[in-house]
Amino acid sequence: MMAKVSKRLRREALAGYLFISPWLLGFSIFSAGAIGASAVISFTEWRLFTPAEFIGLTNYRSLFRDPLFWQSLKVTCIYMVTVPLHLVVGLVIALMLNAKIRLMSFFRTLYFLPSVIAGVAVALLWVWVFDSTFGIFNAILMEIGIQGPKWLGDKRWVLPALIIMGLWGLGGPMLIYLAGLQAIPTMLYEAATIDGATRWQKFRYITIPGISPVLFFNLIMGIINTFQVFTTVYIMTGGGPNNASLFYVLYIYKNAFKWLRMGYASALAWILFGIILTFVFMMFRFSKYWVYYGGAK
Amino acid sequence: MGKKTKEINWLSRQSIQDKLMKLFIYICLTAGGIIICIPFWWMISTSLKVPGREFIFPPEWIPNPIYWRNYIEGWVGTGTGRGLDFTRWLGNTVFITGFSMIGTIISVSLVAYGFARLRFPGRDMLFILCLITMMIPQQVTMVPIFILFRWMGWLDTFKPLIIPHYFAAGSIGAFYIFLMRQFYLTIPPELTDAAIIDGCGAFGVFSRIMFPLSKPAVGIMAVFSFIFHWNDFMNPLIYLYSYEKYTLALGLRFFQGMFTIRWAQLMAVSLLVLLPCVVLFFVAQKYYIQGIVITGVKG
Repeated sequence: MMAKVSKRLRREALAGYLFISPWLLGFSIFSAGAIGASAVISFTEWRLFTPAEFIGLTNYRSLFRDPLFWQSLKVTCIYMVTVPLHLVVGLVIALMLNAKIRLMSFFRTLYFLPSVIAGVAVALLWVWVFDSTFGIFNAILMEIGIQGPKWLGDKRWVLPALIIMGLWGLGGPMLIYLAGLQAIPTMLYEAATIDGATRWQKFRYITIPGISPVLFFNLIMGIINTFQVFTTVYIMTGGGPNNASLFYVLYIYKNAFKWLRMGYASALAWILFGIILTFVFMMFRFSKYWVYYGGAK
Repeated sequence: MGKKTKEINWLSRQSIQDKLMKLFIYICLTAGGIIICIPFWWMISTSLKVPGREFIFPPEWIPNPIYWRNYIEGWVGTGTGRGLDFTRWLGNTVFITGFSMIGTIISVSLVAYGFARLRFPGRDMLFILCLITMMIPQQVTMVPIFILFRWMGWLDTFKPLIIPHYFAAGSIGAFYIFLMRQFYLTIPPELTDAAIIDGCGAFGVFSRIMFPLSKPAVGIMAVFSFIFHWNDFMNPLIYLYSYEKYTLALGLRFFQGMFTIRWAQLMAVSLLVLLPCVVLFFVAQKYYIQGIVITGVKG
Protein backbone atom coordinates (compact mmCIF):
# COMPACT_ATOMS: atom_id res chain seq x y z
CA MET A 1 0.00 0.00 0.00
CA MET A 2 2.73 2.45 1.02
CA ALA A 3 4.74 1.64 -2.06
CA LYS A 4 1.70 2.24 -4.21
CA VAL A 5 1.01 5.62 -2.64
CA SER A 6 4.58 6.78 -3.00
CA LYS A 7 4.62 5.59 -6.59
CA ARG A 8 1.51 7.64 -7.26
CA LEU A 9 3.05 10.68 -5.61
CA ARG A 10 6.20 10.26 -7.67
CA ARG A 11 4.17 10.09 -10.84
CA GLU A 12 2.23 13.18 -9.82
CA ALA A 13 5.44 15.07 -9.08
CA LEU A 14 6.85 14.08 -12.44
CA ALA A 15 3.67 15.23 -14.17
CA GLY A 16 3.85 18.49 -12.20
CA TYR A 17 7.36 19.23 -13.40
CA LEU A 18 6.35 18.36 -16.95
CA PHE A 19 3.40 20.73 -16.81
CA ILE A 20 5.41 23.65 -15.53
CA SER A 21 8.40 22.87 -17.76
CA PRO A 22 7.62 25.57 -20.35
CA TRP A 23 7.72 28.19 -17.61
CA LEU A 24 10.76 26.60 -15.94
CA LEU A 25 12.62 26.88 -19.24
CA GLY A 26 11.32 30.37 -19.93
CA PHE A 27 12.13 31.49 -16.41
CA SER A 28 15.66 30.05 -16.52
CA ILE A 29 16.44 31.72 -19.82
CA PHE A 30 14.42 34.92 -19.97
CA SER A 31 14.23 35.87 -16.29
CA ALA A 32 16.82 34.28 -13.99
CA GLY A 33 19.35 33.64 -16.76
CA ALA A 34 18.92 37.08 -18.22
CA ILE A 35 19.26 38.80 -14.85
CA GLY A 36 22.39 36.78 -14.14
CA ALA A 37 23.82 37.52 -17.58
CA SER A 38 22.99 41.16 -17.06
CA ALA A 39 25.09 41.13 -13.88
CA VAL A 40 28.05 39.69 -15.78
CA ILE A 41 27.65 42.15 -18.66
CA SER A 42 27.49 45.04 -16.18
CA PHE A 43 31.12 44.37 -15.30
CA THR A 44 32.23 44.82 -18.90
CA GLU A 45 32.75 47.55 -21.44
CA TRP A 46 30.82 46.28 -24.44
CA ARG A 47 30.00 48.38 -27.48
CA LEU A 48 28.26 45.45 -29.19
CA PHE A 49 30.45 45.49 -32.32
CA THR A 50 33.73 45.23 -30.43
CA PRO A 51 34.53 42.35 -28.07
CA ALA A 52 33.50 42.76 -24.44
CA GLU A 53 36.21 43.78 -22.04
CA PHE A 54 36.15 43.11 -18.31
CA ILE A 55 36.41 46.37 -16.37
CA GLY A 56 35.23 45.36 -12.89
CA LEU A 57 33.13 47.91 -11.05
CA THR A 58 34.01 50.81 -13.34
CA ASN A 59 30.50 51.05 -14.78
CA TYR A 60 28.99 51.37 -11.33
CA ARG A 61 31.55 53.93 -10.29
CA SER A 62 30.96 56.13 -13.33
CA LEU A 63 27.25 55.69 -12.89
CA PHE A 64 27.31 57.47 -9.57
CA ARG A 65 29.11 60.38 -11.19
CA ASP A 66 26.74 60.44 -14.17
CA PRO A 67 24.40 63.47 -13.95
CA LEU A 68 21.96 61.84 -16.37
CA PHE A 69 21.65 58.81 -14.10
CA TRP A 70 20.62 61.09 -11.22
CA GLN A 71 18.39 63.08 -13.53
CA SER A 72 16.55 59.95 -14.66
CA LEU A 73 16.11 58.81 -11.06
CA LYS A 74 14.82 62.25 -10.14
CA VAL A 75 12.33 62.32 -13.00
CA THR A 76 11.04 58.87 -12.14
CA CYS A 77 10.71 59.78 -8.48
CA ILE A 78 8.84 63.01 -9.23
CA TYR A 79 6.51 61.10 -11.49
CA MET A 80 5.82 58.84 -8.53
CA VAL A 81 3.39 61.45 -7.19
CA THR A 82 1.00 59.75 -9.60
CA VAL A 83 0.92 56.73 -7.27
CA PRO A 84 -0.81 58.43 -4.28
CA LEU A 85 -2.75 60.62 -6.71
CA HIS A 86 -4.14 57.57 -8.49
CA LEU A 87 -4.82 55.84 -5.19
CA VAL A 88 -6.95 58.72 -3.93
CA VAL A 89 -8.67 59.82 -7.15
CA GLY A 90 -9.24 56.21 -8.20
CA LEU A 91 -10.86 55.46 -4.86
CA VAL A 92 -13.08 58.54 -4.96
CA ILE A 93 -14.31 57.69 -8.47
CA ALA A 94 -14.81 54.06 -7.53
CA LEU A 95 -16.87 55.08 -4.49
CA MET A 96 -19.09 57.19 -6.73
CA LEU A 97 -19.35 54.44 -9.32
CA ASN A 98 -20.41 52.06 -6.55
CA ALA A 99 -23.50 54.10 -5.68
CA LYS A 100 -26.83 52.66 -6.73
CA ILE A 101 -27.95 55.14 -9.34
CA ARG A 102 -29.27 54.90 -12.86
CA LEU A 103 -26.94 54.94 -15.88
CA MET A 104 -24.25 53.42 -13.68
CA SER A 105 -23.06 50.82 -16.18
CA PHE A 106 -22.77 53.55 -18.78
CA PHE A 107 -20.57 55.63 -16.47
CA ARG A 108 -18.44 52.63 -15.57
CA THR A 109 -17.77 51.83 -19.22
CA LEU A 110 -16.96 55.44 -19.98
CA TYR A 111 -14.50 55.79 -17.11
CA PHE A 112 -12.86 52.54 -17.92
CA LEU A 113 -12.50 52.96 -21.66
CA PRO A 114 -9.31 55.09 -21.76
CA SER A 115 -7.33 52.47 -19.89
CA VAL A 116 -8.08 49.85 -22.56
CA ILE A 117 -6.35 51.77 -25.30
CA ALA A 118 -2.66 52.42 -24.97
CA GLY A 119 0.54 52.73 -26.86
CA VAL A 120 1.73 54.88 -29.71
CA ALA A 121 -1.67 56.03 -30.97
CA VAL A 122 -2.64 57.38 -27.55
CA ALA A 123 0.74 59.00 -26.99
CA LEU A 124 0.43 60.79 -30.33
CA LEU A 125 -3.09 61.89 -29.48
CA TRP A 126 -1.78 63.56 -26.33
CA VAL A 127 1.03 65.27 -28.21
CA TRP A 128 -1.70 66.86 -30.26
CA VAL A 129 -3.88 67.64 -27.22
CA PHE A 130 -0.95 69.40 -25.57
CA ASP A 131 0.14 71.24 -28.71
CA SER A 132 0.82 74.74 -27.42
CA THR A 133 -0.78 76.65 -30.29
CA PHE A 134 -3.35 74.37 -31.94
CA GLY A 135 -4.01 71.89 -29.12
CA ILE A 136 -7.30 71.58 -27.31
CA PHE A 137 -5.82 71.87 -23.83
CA ASN A 138 -4.58 75.40 -24.22
CA ALA A 139 -7.70 76.31 -26.17
CA ILE A 140 -9.80 75.38 -23.14
CA LEU A 141 -7.46 77.24 -20.79
CA MET A 142 -7.80 80.23 -23.08
CA GLU A 143 -11.59 80.09 -22.71
CA ILE A 144 -11.23 80.57 -18.97
CA GLY A 145 -8.62 83.26 -19.45
CA ILE A 146 -5.38 81.43 -18.82
CA GLN A 147 -2.45 81.58 -21.19
CA GLY A 148 -1.33 77.94 -21.24
CA PRO A 149 2.35 76.97 -21.11
CA LYS A 150 4.21 75.13 -23.85
CA TRP A 151 3.61 71.83 -21.98
CA LEU A 152 5.78 69.20 -23.68
CA GLY A 153 8.19 71.85 -24.92
CA ASP A 154 8.78 73.41 -21.52
CA LYS A 155 11.07 71.68 -19.07
CA ARG A 156 8.98 72.80 -16.08
CA TRP A 157 5.66 71.70 -17.56
CA VAL A 158 6.53 68.44 -19.27
CA LEU A 159 6.12 66.26 -16.17
CA PRO A 160 2.85 67.89 -15.07
CA ALA A 161 1.58 67.27 -18.61
CA LEU A 162 2.49 63.58 -18.36
CA ILE A 163 0.85 63.37 -14.93
CA ILE A 164 -2.37 64.89 -16.28
CA MET A 165 -2.31 62.40 -19.10
CA GLY A 166 -1.81 59.58 -16.60
CA LEU A 167 -5.00 60.58 -14.78
CA TRP A 168 -6.94 59.90 -17.92
CA GLY A 169 -5.92 56.24 -17.87
CA LEU A 170 -6.98 55.66 -14.29
CA GLY A 171 -9.46 52.93 -15.20
CA GLY A 172 -7.39 49.92 -14.14
CA PRO A 173 -6.90 50.79 -10.45
CA MET A 174 -10.42 52.23 -10.33
CA LEU A 175 -11.93 48.97 -11.46
CA ILE A 176 -9.96 47.00 -8.91
CA TYR A 177 -11.27 49.28 -6.17
CA LEU A 178 -14.77 48.84 -7.48
CA ALA A 179 -14.45 45.08 -7.29
CA GLY A 180 -13.01 45.40 -3.79
CA LEU A 181 -15.90 47.60 -2.70
CA GLN A 182 -18.41 45.12 -4.01
CA ALA A 183 -16.74 42.30 -2.13
CA ILE A 184 -17.50 43.97 1.24
CA PRO A 185 -20.59 42.30 2.73
CA THR A 186 -23.55 44.76 2.81
CA MET A 187 -24.48 43.13 6.12
CA LEU A 188 -21.71 45.11 7.80
CA TYR A 189 -23.13 48.43 6.63
CA GLU A 190 -26.63 47.45 7.69
CA ALA A 191 -25.42 46.53 11.16
CA ALA A 192 -23.53 49.80 11.43
CA THR A 193 -26.61 51.78 10.36
CA ILE A 194 -28.67 50.11 13.08
CA ASP A 195 -25.98 51.05 15.57
CA GLY A 196 -26.29 54.65 14.42
CA ALA A 197 -22.93 55.00 12.67
CA THR A 198 -22.38 58.09 10.53
CA ARG A 199 -21.40 57.99 6.88
CA TRP A 200 -17.82 58.85 7.77
CA GLN A 201 -17.62 56.19 10.48
CA LYS A 202 -18.88 53.57 8.06
CA PHE A 203 -16.28 54.65 5.53
CA ARG A 204 -13.46 54.72 8.06
CA TYR A 205 -14.21 51.49 9.92
CA ILE A 206 -15.80 49.29 7.26
CA THR A 207 -14.84 50.49 3.79
CA ILE A 208 -11.18 51.28 4.38
CA PRO A 209 -10.29 48.02 6.18
CA GLY A 210 -12.42 46.13 3.65
CA ILE A 211 -10.53 47.39 0.65
CA SER A 212 -7.08 47.52 2.24
CA PRO A 213 -5.80 44.44 0.34
CA VAL A 214 -6.93 46.05 -2.89
CA LEU A 215 -5.31 49.31 -1.87
CA PHE A 216 -2.12 47.40 -1.26
CA PHE A 217 -2.30 45.73 -4.66
CA ASN A 218 -2.86 49.07 -6.39
CA LEU A 219 0.02 50.61 -4.48
CA ILE A 220 2.50 47.93 -5.56
CA MET A 221 1.32 47.89 -9.16
CA GLY A 222 1.38 51.69 -9.24
CA ILE A 223 5.00 51.84 -8.12
CA ILE A 224 6.06 49.14 -10.55
CA ASN A 225 4.24 50.87 -13.40
CA THR A 226 6.11 54.10 -12.67
CA PHE A 227 9.33 52.24 -13.27
CA GLN A 228 8.08 51.03 -16.65
CA VAL A 229 7.06 54.29 -18.32
CA PHE A 230 8.55 54.01 -21.77
CA THR A 231 6.35 54.25 -24.86
CA THR A 232 4.65 57.50 -23.87
CA VAL A 233 7.87 59.40 -23.20
CA TYR A 234 9.71 57.87 -26.13
CA ILE A 235 6.98 59.08 -28.48
CA MET A 236 5.94 62.29 -26.76
CA THR A 237 9.21 63.88 -25.71
CA GLY A 238 12.09 61.49 -26.35
CA GLY A 239 13.20 62.41 -22.82
CA GLY A 240 13.38 66.13 -23.50
CA PRO A 241 13.35 69.04 -23.37
CA ASN A 242 16.81 69.14 -21.89
CA ASN A 243 16.30 65.67 -20.29
CA ALA A 244 13.42 66.98 -18.18
CA SER A 245 11.42 63.83 -18.92
CA LEU A 246 14.27 61.34 -19.07
CA PHE A 247 12.61 58.41 -17.34
CA TYR A 248 14.82 55.69 -15.96
CA VAL A 249 13.94 52.95 -18.44
CA LEU A 250 14.24 55.38 -21.32
CA TYR A 251 17.79 56.06 -20.16
CA ILE A 252 18.48 52.31 -20.12
CA TYR A 253 17.07 52.05 -23.62
CA LYS A 254 19.15 54.94 -24.91
CA ASN A 255 22.34 53.52 -23.46
CA ALA A 256 21.71 50.08 -24.89
CA PHE A 257 20.23 50.76 -28.29
CA LYS A 258 21.21 54.30 -29.19
CA TRP A 259 24.75 54.44 -27.85
CA LEU A 260 25.26 50.64 -27.81
CA ARG A 261 26.76 50.71 -24.33
CA MET A 262 25.65 47.24 -23.31
CA GLY A 263 27.74 47.09 -20.15
CA TYR A 264 26.61 50.45 -18.84
CA ALA A 265 22.97 49.72 -19.68
CA SER A 266 23.23 46.45 -17.76
CA ALA A 267 24.62 48.24 -14.72
CA LEU A 268 21.63 50.60 -14.89
CA ALA A 269 19.29 47.64 -15.23
CA TRP A 270 20.79 46.01 -12.15
CA ILE A 271 20.33 49.14 -10.08
CA LEU A 272 16.68 49.16 -11.17
CA PHE A 273 16.35 45.50 -10.25
CA GLY A 274 17.72 46.28 -6.80
CA ILE A 275 15.33 49.21 -6.33
CA ILE A 276 12.30 47.15 -7.33
CA LEU A 277 13.26 44.23 -5.09
CA THR A 278 13.72 46.60 -2.16
CA PHE A 279 10.32 48.18 -2.77
CA VAL A 280 8.53 44.88 -3.08
CA PHE A 281 10.24 43.54 0.02
CA MET A 282 9.35 46.61 2.08
CA MET A 283 5.78 46.56 0.90
CA PHE A 284 5.24 42.99 1.97
CA ARG A 285 7.13 43.55 5.20
CA PHE A 286 4.96 46.43 6.30
CA SER A 287 1.69 45.34 4.77
CA LYS A 288 0.76 43.26 7.80
CA TYR A 289 0.36 46.42 9.87
CA TRP A 290 -2.38 47.89 7.80
CA VAL A 291 -3.72 45.33 5.39
CA TYR A 292 -6.66 43.40 6.72
CA TYR A 293 -7.42 40.10 5.03
CA GLY A 294 -10.96 39.03 5.79
CA GLY A 295 -10.35 35.40 5.02
CA ALA A 296 -7.01 35.10 6.81
CA LYS A 297 -6.74 32.94 9.92
CA MET B 1 -47.11 60.20 19.61
CA GLY B 2 -44.45 62.91 19.78
CA LYS B 3 -41.78 60.32 19.55
CA LYS B 4 -43.21 58.95 16.32
CA THR B 5 -43.26 62.33 14.52
CA LYS B 6 -39.66 62.81 15.43
CA GLU B 7 -38.77 59.49 13.87
CA ILE B 8 -40.57 60.32 10.63
CA ASN B 9 -38.79 63.67 10.51
CA TRP B 10 -35.48 61.95 10.96
CA LEU B 11 -36.28 59.48 8.22
CA SER B 12 -37.24 62.13 5.71
CA ARG B 13 -34.18 64.18 6.48
CA GLN B 14 -32.14 61.06 5.82
CA SER B 15 -33.86 60.54 2.47
CA ILE B 16 -33.32 64.16 1.46
CA GLN B 17 -29.67 63.73 2.33
CA ASP B 18 -29.56 60.61 0.18
CA LYS B 19 -31.15 62.40 -2.74
CA LEU B 20 -28.72 65.30 -2.46
CA MET B 21 -25.85 62.85 -2.33
CA LYS B 22 -27.08 61.15 -5.48
CA LEU B 23 -27.44 64.45 -7.25
CA PHE B 24 -23.92 65.38 -6.22
CA ILE B 25 -22.62 62.06 -7.54
CA TYR B 26 -24.44 62.57 -10.85
CA ILE B 27 -22.93 66.00 -11.27
CA CYS B 28 -19.41 64.81 -10.47
CA LEU B 29 -19.63 61.76 -12.72
CA THR B 30 -21.02 63.76 -15.61
CA ALA B 31 -18.32 66.40 -15.27
CA GLY B 32 -15.63 63.70 -15.13
CA GLY B 33 -17.24 61.94 -18.08
CA ILE B 34 -17.08 65.09 -20.18
CA ILE B 35 -13.40 65.53 -19.30
CA ILE B 36 -12.72 61.93 -20.33
CA CYS B 37 -14.52 62.44 -23.62
CA ILE B 38 -12.68 65.58 -24.64
CA PRO B 39 -9.50 63.85 -25.93
CA PHE B 40 -11.63 61.31 -27.81
CA TRP B 41 -13.69 64.06 -29.31
CA TRP B 42 -10.55 65.97 -30.23
CA MET B 43 -9.18 62.89 -31.97
CA ILE B 44 -12.33 62.25 -34.00
CA SER B 45 -12.81 65.91 -34.81
CA THR B 46 -9.22 66.34 -35.99
CA SER B 47 -9.43 63.20 -38.13
CA LEU B 48 -12.30 64.75 -40.10
CA LYS B 49 -10.67 68.08 -40.89
CA VAL B 50 -9.43 68.98 -44.33
CA PRO B 51 -5.61 68.62 -44.12
CA GLY B 52 -4.23 71.99 -43.16
CA ARG B 53 -7.37 73.10 -41.36
CA GLU B 54 -6.14 71.48 -38.15
CA PHE B 55 -3.78 74.46 -37.91
CA ILE B 56 -6.52 77.01 -37.45
CA PHE B 57 -6.52 79.17 -34.38
CA PRO B 58 -8.63 78.96 -32.27
CA PRO B 59 -9.27 75.25 -32.94
CA GLU B 60 -12.55 74.14 -34.50
CA TRP B 61 -14.55 71.79 -32.29
CA ILE B 62 -16.71 70.61 -35.14
CA PRO B 63 -14.89 70.31 -38.45
CA ASN B 64 -16.36 72.18 -41.34
CA PRO B 65 -16.36 70.82 -43.97
CA ILE B 66 -16.13 67.18 -42.92
CA TYR B 67 -13.41 65.39 -44.83
CA TRP B 68 -13.64 61.58 -44.71
CA ARG B 69 -10.79 60.86 -47.07
CA ASN B 70 -8.16 61.26 -44.32
CA TYR B 71 -8.86 57.67 -43.37
CA ILE B 72 -7.86 56.42 -46.81
CA GLU B 73 -5.18 58.99 -47.57
CA GLY B 74 -3.53 58.49 -44.19
CA TRP B 75 -3.61 54.73 -44.58
CA VAL B 76 -1.71 54.79 -47.88
CA GLY B 77 0.27 57.90 -46.97
CA THR B 78 -0.90 60.32 -49.65
CA GLY B 79 1.40 63.31 -49.74
CA THR B 80 4.13 61.71 -47.65
CA GLY B 81 6.54 61.18 -50.54
CA ARG B 82 7.46 57.61 -49.96
CA GLY B 83 3.95 56.41 -49.16
CA LEU B 84 3.02 54.32 -46.16
CA ASP B 85 2.20 50.65 -46.15
CA PHE B 86 -0.28 50.27 -43.32
CA THR B 87 -1.94 47.31 -45.01
CA ARG B 88 1.26 45.30 -44.80
CA TRP B 89 1.93 46.49 -41.24
CA LEU B 90 -1.57 45.44 -40.29
CA GLY B 91 -0.77 41.96 -41.65
CA ASN B 92 2.46 41.83 -39.64
CA THR B 93 0.70 42.96 -36.47
CA VAL B 94 -2.05 40.38 -36.91
CA PHE B 95 0.55 37.65 -37.49
CA ILE B 96 2.63 38.56 -34.43
CA THR B 97 -0.39 39.09 -32.20
CA GLY B 98 -2.06 35.85 -33.31
CA PHE B 99 0.91 33.55 -32.86
CA SER B 100 1.92 35.17 -29.58
CA MET B 101 -1.59 34.70 -28.25
CA ILE B 102 -1.61 31.02 -29.19
CA GLY B 103 1.72 30.51 -27.47
CA THR B 104 0.58 32.34 -24.36
CA ILE B 105 -2.65 30.38 -24.06
CA ILE B 106 -1.04 26.95 -24.51
CA SER B 107 1.94 27.46 -22.24
CA VAL B 108 0.15 29.41 -19.51
CA SER B 109 -2.74 26.93 -19.27
CA LEU B 110 -0.35 24.01 -18.82
CA VAL B 111 1.88 25.76 -16.30
CA ALA B 112 -0.97 27.21 -14.27
CA TYR B 113 -2.59 23.78 -14.04
CA GLY B 114 0.67 22.35 -12.74
CA PHE B 115 0.90 25.04 -10.08
CA ALA B 116 -2.77 24.84 -9.11
CA ARG B 117 -3.42 21.12 -8.97
CA LEU B 118 -0.34 18.93 -8.92
CA ARG B 119 1.82 18.34 -5.88
CA PHE B 120 5.56 18.27 -6.33
CA PRO B 121 8.54 19.22 -4.20
CA GLY B 122 9.47 22.91 -4.45
CA ARG B 123 6.15 23.92 -5.95
CA ASP B 124 5.37 26.75 -3.56
CA MET B 125 8.86 28.18 -3.77
CA LEU B 126 8.76 28.12 -7.56
CA PHE B 127 5.39 29.82 -7.52
CA ILE B 128 6.74 32.59 -5.30
CA LEU B 129 9.58 33.02 -7.81
CA CYS B 130 6.95 33.32 -10.50
CA LEU B 131 5.15 36.04 -8.52
CA ILE B 132 8.38 37.95 -8.07
CA THR B 133 9.00 37.76 -11.83
CA MET B 134 5.66 39.47 -12.27
CA MET B 135 7.11 42.60 -10.69
CA ILE B 136 10.32 42.84 -12.70
CA PRO B 137 10.10 45.36 -15.53
CA GLN B 138 10.95 44.03 -18.93
CA GLN B 139 13.69 46.63 -19.30
CA VAL B 140 15.76 44.89 -16.64
CA THR B 141 16.29 41.85 -18.85
CA MET B 142 16.16 43.65 -22.19
CA VAL B 143 19.90 43.79 -22.90
CA PRO B 144 20.90 40.12 -22.36
CA ILE B 145 17.82 38.88 -24.22
CA PHE B 146 18.65 41.14 -27.14
CA ILE B 147 22.20 39.81 -27.16
CA LEU B 148 20.90 36.25 -27.07
CA PHE B 149 18.59 36.80 -30.05
CA ARG B 150 21.32 38.62 -31.93
CA TRP B 151 23.62 35.67 -31.37
CA MET B 152 20.90 33.35 -32.69
CA GLY B 153 20.53 35.52 -35.79
CA TRP B 154 16.92 36.40 -35.02
CA LEU B 155 17.23 40.18 -35.36
CA ASP B 156 14.82 41.75 -37.83
CA THR B 157 12.56 38.68 -37.71
CA PHE B 158 9.28 38.14 -35.89
CA LYS B 159 10.77 35.31 -33.80
CA PRO B 160 11.95 37.39 -30.81
CA LEU B 161 8.45 38.82 -30.58
CA ILE B 162 6.67 35.47 -30.70
CA ILE B 163 8.82 32.57 -29.45
CA PRO B 164 9.30 33.75 -25.81
CA HIS B 165 5.52 33.62 -25.32
CA TYR B 166 5.60 29.87 -25.86
CA PHE B 167 7.57 29.72 -22.61
CA ALA B 168 5.31 32.04 -20.58
CA ALA B 169 8.31 34.33 -20.34
CA GLY B 170 8.79 37.52 -18.39
CA SER B 171 6.51 39.55 -16.19
CA ILE B 172 3.58 39.30 -18.57
CA GLY B 173 3.78 35.50 -18.69
CA ALA B 174 3.98 35.36 -14.91
CA PHE B 175 0.95 37.61 -14.67
CA TYR B 176 -1.12 35.27 -16.85
CA ILE B 177 0.07 32.21 -14.90
CA PHE B 178 -1.09 33.90 -11.71
CA LEU B 179 -4.45 34.73 -13.26
CA MET B 180 -5.05 31.21 -14.60
CA ARG B 181 -3.93 29.55 -11.39
CA GLN B 182 -6.39 31.63 -9.40
CA PHE B 183 -9.09 30.47 -11.75
CA TYR B 184 -8.13 26.79 -11.60
CA LEU B 185 -8.18 26.96 -7.81
CA THR B 186 -11.86 27.86 -7.92
CA ILE B 187 -12.80 24.66 -9.78
CA PRO B 188 -14.00 22.16 -7.13
CA PRO B 189 -11.62 19.18 -6.75
CA GLU B 190 -14.59 16.77 -6.71
CA LEU B 191 -14.92 17.33 -10.44
CA THR B 192 -11.50 15.90 -11.10
CA ASP B 193 -11.32 13.35 -8.27
CA ALA B 194 -13.80 11.06 -9.98
CA ALA B 195 -11.78 11.10 -13.19
CA ILE B 196 -8.56 10.37 -11.31
CA ILE B 197 -10.15 7.38 -9.54
CA ASP B 198 -11.26 6.10 -12.93
CA GLY B 199 -7.60 6.11 -13.92
CA CYS B 200 -7.40 9.34 -15.84
CA GLY B 201 -3.85 10.73 -15.89
CA ALA B 202 -2.81 14.29 -15.17
CA PHE B 203 -2.85 15.25 -18.83
CA GLY B 204 -6.24 13.65 -19.34
CA VAL B 205 -7.67 15.59 -16.40
CA PHE B 206 -6.19 18.76 -17.83
CA SER B 207 -7.30 18.33 -21.43
CA ARG B 208 -10.72 16.79 -20.77
CA ILE B 209 -11.88 18.59 -17.64
CA MET B 210 -9.82 21.56 -16.53
CA PHE B 211 -9.03 23.23 -19.86
CA PRO B 212 -12.61 23.06 -21.19
CA LEU B 213 -13.87 24.44 -17.86
CA SER B 214 -11.45 27.33 -17.95
CA LYS B 215 -12.87 28.94 -21.07
CA PRO B 216 -13.80 32.17 -19.27
CA ALA B 217 -10.26 32.55 -17.93
CA VAL B 218 -8.79 31.73 -21.34
CA GLY B 219 -11.07 34.41 -22.75
CA ILE B 220 -9.72 36.93 -20.27
CA MET B 221 -6.17 35.98 -21.11
CA ALA B 222 -6.87 36.22 -24.84
CA VAL B 223 -8.31 39.71 -24.45
CA PHE B 224 -5.44 40.93 -22.29
CA SER B 225 -2.74 39.51 -24.51
CA PHE B 226 -4.42 40.78 -27.68
CA ILE B 227 -4.37 44.31 -26.32
CA PHE B 228 -0.79 43.93 -25.12
CA HIS B 229 0.64 42.65 -28.40
CA TRP B 230 -1.45 44.93 -30.56
CA ASN B 231 -0.13 47.99 -28.75
CA ASP B 232 3.36 46.73 -27.99
CA PHE B 233 5.92 49.27 -29.09
CA MET B 234 9.20 48.60 -27.32
CA ASN B 235 9.80 45.06 -28.54
CA PRO B 236 9.12 45.77 -32.21
CA LEU B 237 11.28 48.89 -31.81
CA ILE B 238 14.20 46.82 -30.58
CA TYR B 239 13.88 43.89 -32.95
CA LEU B 240 12.38 45.07 -36.26
CA TYR B 241 14.37 47.29 -38.60
CA SER B 242 13.11 46.87 -42.14
CA TYR B 243 10.22 48.93 -43.41
CA GLU B 244 8.36 45.82 -44.65
CA LYS B 245 8.51 44.18 -41.24
CA TYR B 246 7.12 47.03 -39.19
CA THR B 247 4.04 46.73 -37.02
CA LEU B 248 1.24 49.29 -36.87
CA ALA B 249 2.70 50.82 -33.72
CA LEU B 250 6.05 51.38 -35.43
CA GLY B 251 4.43 52.61 -38.62
CA LEU B 252 2.53 55.37 -36.86
CA ARG B 253 5.83 57.01 -36.06
CA PHE B 254 6.37 57.88 -39.72
CA PHE B 255 3.94 60.74 -39.38
CA GLN B 256 6.12 62.17 -36.65
CA GLY B 257 9.24 62.23 -38.78
CA MET B 258 7.76 64.64 -41.27
CA PHE B 259 8.48 68.32 -41.52
CA THR B 260 4.95 69.31 -40.58
CA ILE B 261 2.97 66.56 -38.95
CA ARG B 262 -0.22 65.79 -40.87
CA TRP B 263 -2.38 65.63 -37.78
CA ALA B 264 -5.65 65.04 -39.59
CA GLN B 265 -4.29 61.92 -41.31
CA LEU B 266 -2.40 60.83 -38.23
CA MET B 267 -5.50 61.00 -36.03
CA ALA B 268 -7.52 59.13 -38.64
CA VAL B 269 -5.00 56.28 -38.84
CA SER B 270 -4.56 56.25 -35.04
CA LEU B 271 -8.30 55.80 -34.69
CA LEU B 272 -8.19 52.87 -37.11
CA VAL B 273 -5.32 51.32 -35.15
CA LEU B 274 -7.18 51.72 -31.84
CA LEU B 275 -10.47 50.48 -33.23
CA PRO B 276 -9.92 46.72 -32.75
CA CYS B 277 -9.07 47.26 -29.07
CA VAL B 278 -12.14 49.41 -28.49
CA VAL B 279 -14.42 46.94 -30.30
CA LEU B 280 -12.88 44.05 -28.37
CA PHE B 281 -13.46 45.95 -25.15
CA PHE B 282 -17.15 46.39 -25.87
CA VAL B 283 -17.59 42.81 -27.04
CA ALA B 284 -15.62 41.21 -24.22
CA GLN B 285 -16.20 43.77 -21.49
CA LYS B 286 -17.41 41.11 -19.09
CA TYR B 287 -14.25 39.03 -19.52
CA TYR B 288 -11.98 42.00 -19.30
CA ILE B 289 -13.45 43.34 -16.10
CA GLN B 290 -13.59 39.87 -14.57
CA GLY B 291 -9.90 39.42 -15.31
CA ILE B 292 -8.95 42.57 -13.49
CA VAL B 293 -11.15 41.53 -10.60
CA ILE B 294 -9.55 38.09 -10.31
CA THR B 295 -6.01 39.46 -10.26
CA GLY B 296 -6.72 42.39 -8.00
CA VAL B 297 -9.15 41.10 -5.44
CA LYS B 298 -8.74 37.38 -5.10
CA GLY B 299 -4.97 37.73 -5.04
